[in-house]
Amino acid sequence: MLLIRCPVCAMDRPELEFRHAGQAHVARPADPGAVDDAAWAAYLYLRDNPKGVVAERWRHVHGCGRFFNALRHTVSDRILATYPAGASRPEVAP
Amino acid sequence: MADLTPADPGPRHILRGPAGGAALGGLIVPDQPCRAAEAGPRAALWLGPDEWLLLGFAAVETPFAVVDVGHRSLGFRLAGPRAAELLAGGVPLDLSPAAFPVGTCTRTIFEKAEIVLWRRAEAAWHIEVARSFAPYLCDMIAAIAAANGIGGQER
Ligand SMILES: [Zn+2]
Repeated sequence: MLLIRCPVCAMDRPELEFRHAGQAHVARPADPGAVDDAAWAAYLYLRDNPKGVVAERWRHVHGCGRFFNALRHTVSDRILATYPAGASRPEVAP
Repeated sequence: MADLTPADPGPRHILRGPAGGAALGGLIVPDQPCRAAEAGPRAALWLGPDEWLLLGFAAVETPFAVVDVGHRSLGFRLAGPRAAELLAGGVPLDLSPAAFPVGTCTRTIFEKAEIVLWRRAEAAWHIEVARSFAPYLCDMIAAIAAANGIGGQER
């Protein structure tokens, strides 16, 4: 079982307590009326699918209930860092 | 030995808001993650950065949001020298005294049921569970006790 460090609880917690919640750092267009359909569709539906390190939202649903972000390597499934929602993506060696 | 008994069926509330550090009913609402504060029959358990479970508060005088959840969940006490070993059969946390010292509380899971687990003493635990999951929890605890030769009474 993966141990995931919840930045709110400040503890390493078992994977079973968490839910994955999609790609992190997807910014909503500041003025939705000003973007065309293709750009709005890209915001809604298009997500990265890299082989390597991804930034993801996770939720400690069976713990503190809060969302946070994690850097995870999609090949090794190792979680390299977790950080509070709203913080910028940290630099880590993959 | 590990005895499972119903906890006092006192009032229970969920407190929401920036209440960490506030004085409430003779105790200080804990500001630190996963800590519980206890004063007489009342307790405040940190569940999230703006969320606490209040046990034993007949009335709550506070500017923050309070919801009576007494109809939603109920509590059990699990006590005995092998209580932590029994809990470890269903809880995926490290329950050693170093990792989960007295006064620690958290929402977590017991097998398929979400619970709030609070270590009140080295060998005394409080488990808060939704009423609909209570028979499941009791059955699982009995099964784990039987499978591991942990004696006790279930009432
Ligand atoms: Zn947490």
